[in-house]
Amino acid sequence: MERHDAPPRWDRKMQQRLARGEAAALGEFYDRFASLVHGLAHRVLDDERAADAVTREVFARVWENPEAYDPRQGPLRSWVATLTHRLAVQRLRRTETAALAEGGPGSTEELERKVRHASVAARADYIVTSMPAPLRAALELAYFERRDYRQTAADLGVTEDEARRRLRLGLQLLSTAHDVGPSGTPPEHGGGAR
Amino acid sequence: MSDAGRFGAYDGHDDEGGGDGARGGRFGKDGGRGPDRSGGPPGPENGPGPENGGPPHHEPPRIPMPRSSVEDTGLPLPEPPPAPPVMAHRVLKTLLGAWALAACPPEETAAVEEHLGFCGACADEARRLREAVGLLHPPESLDLDPVLRTRVLENCLDRRPPRIPVPEWATAYDAETARLDALLQDIGDGEWHAPVRLRWFDGTAPTDRRTTVAGVIAHLLAVDGLVAQALGLAVPPGEPPPDAGPAERTEAYWRASRLPPTRSVRGPWREQSHDLVRTVSFAGGGAGLLPVSYGAFELPLRDAMLDRAFECWVHAEDIASAVDYPYEPPAPRHLHRMIDLAARMLPGALAARRRAGLGAPAGTAAPGRSVRLEIEGSGGGEWLVPLDAPDAPAAATREVAHIALDGVEFCRLAAGHLAPEEAPAGLDGDRQAIRDVLLATASLSRM
Repeated sequence: MERHDAPPRWDRKMQQRLARGEAAALGEFYDRFASLVHGLAHRVLDDERAADAVTREVFARVWENPEAYDPRQGPLRSWVATLTHRLAVQRLRRTETAALAEGGPGSTEELERKVRHASVAARADYIVTSMPAPLRAALELAYFERRDYRQTAADLGVTEDEARRRLRLGLQLLSTAHDVGPSGTPPEHGGGAR
Repeated sequence: MSDAGRFGAYDGHDDEGGGDGARGGRFGKDGGRGPDRSGGPPGPENGPGPENGGPPHHEPPRIPMPRSSVEDTGLPLPEPPPAPPVMAHRVLKTLLGAWALAACPPEETAAVEEHLGFCGACADEARRLREAVGLLHPPESLDLDPVLRTRVLENCLDRRPPRIPVPEWATAYDAETARLDALLQDIGDGEWHAPVRLRWFDGTAPTDRRTTVAGVIAHLLAVDGLVAQALGLAVPPGEPPPDAGPAERTEAYWRASRLPPTRSVRGPWREQSHDLVRTVSFAGGGAGLLPVSYGAFELPLRDAMLDRAFECWVHAEDIASAVDYPYEPPAPRHLHRMIDLAARMLPGALAARRRAGLGAPAGTAAPGRSVRLEIEGSGGGEWLVPLDAPDAPAAATREVAHIALDGVEFCRLAAGHLAPEEAPAGLDGDRQAIRDVLLATASLSRM
């Protein structure tokens, strides 16, 4: 959880290039983050066209106002994820509220539960994709391949202690997906650990 | 974990240059549970252990029952039956992750569960980790529609016009390299070594060269080096001579690496393609006339970028068919530009064939002939191809034949993927002229 004092060079340069109005930078930015953005939006909204719309909105916002990202506040990737999450959850709440107002089934409580559930699922996805690869690999073996921790250790070529440590830490990280605001809104993107 | 609630908490910055990895990275493609596992993931309601797919239980050796009461024999008392191993809180705590995933051997599972009965801190953590297991799920297939990229970028550029646009003639290359990269992101490690045949028409007959998916990307990387060199950028490894053509550059690159190319070639290829788009954008529209040497001939930069877009598409199709993925033709406006480039190169190709003794001699009795090329389908159009003099103004020529051909078929012909005699064309007029044009189209192809 150590933070780098200097923000990663790529993030800073990308922001400068976007601010300068370089269309080629926008293409590169899309190529790097489109699957993250679309995947998170899809996890929240469970709808291809709605995810497309959120993707369009996220990139438009970044392109129109690249200065909104402050490289000192953390990686560009997590900033983009937070923005995507916020817009996707807003959209979900808007469409669900509209459906409810038109006499659709369900209650406000159910709506809130659904929003919260979608929000947690999206955060969990993001955490899995951004956790260190060794932790992800250990979880993959234990969960999807059903290896016990000793087999996991052997497969990864690490000690059993280390395998246990990775499984526990991986799940600890994943469990932070539940730490969202009461209404399912994502936490503000902030300065990270100090 | 003071910032556990933030998205930024565990960000590693991925500097491998291989895109974001949000799709391919998550548990891989074959991360699904095997069919032999009947148990679901251990949720809060499912206890871990052998009945839930845990490992086989290794029973400790049973102690044979004594024949008579041991107390009566005066022999030493036997060991009591083994209880769950007595482990310290410190050790049990480290087992909680494995326990939550049902990845502990049975005796340790039992020890953990006994401990949870009286250790509140561990019980809290265990519950939390169990809930986290419920958040794991197999990755969804999230193939991004390549059309989305175009739509998203256009929407952005409408809302805020770029100060440094990508020149119109480079947009096809930008789009095609992005499409191919999306395909590459989806294919597995093994598929990078799937065999691919590079096919082209050597002037008289179809020819080919065997390589792999990774070898094709190496080929694209090496030949894009022609443009990189013209722009003063670094040239891919292999130290080709400055006047080397596409085939020579490819061979030099392949030779320079001792091992056959692997998926690691994707990063350098993508980086160079991004660099090219970026550099031509800064050079501006006027740079379109900068000459790019192909060894035996030259193309202005704007045509070279179209040519590279065309090659990227053609080889992406080679790769897609090798790994059994669908792949669509380029967007109509990009396809149109590619066809236009081929049509513009035809007079030169006809003249070159004639010089090489391959085509019919120029019409001497009545020079100034032309063939009308009617390309159908989206991206199509009509072109008048002068037969006798490459620089003759088309308007001043006399049309002696008419060829009608679908745009994608025409491109396959120009790529050497379709034999001239097999082209499903509507033909009308001078047979020899038609044959010359079809052969010249095929001879535009190269390795």
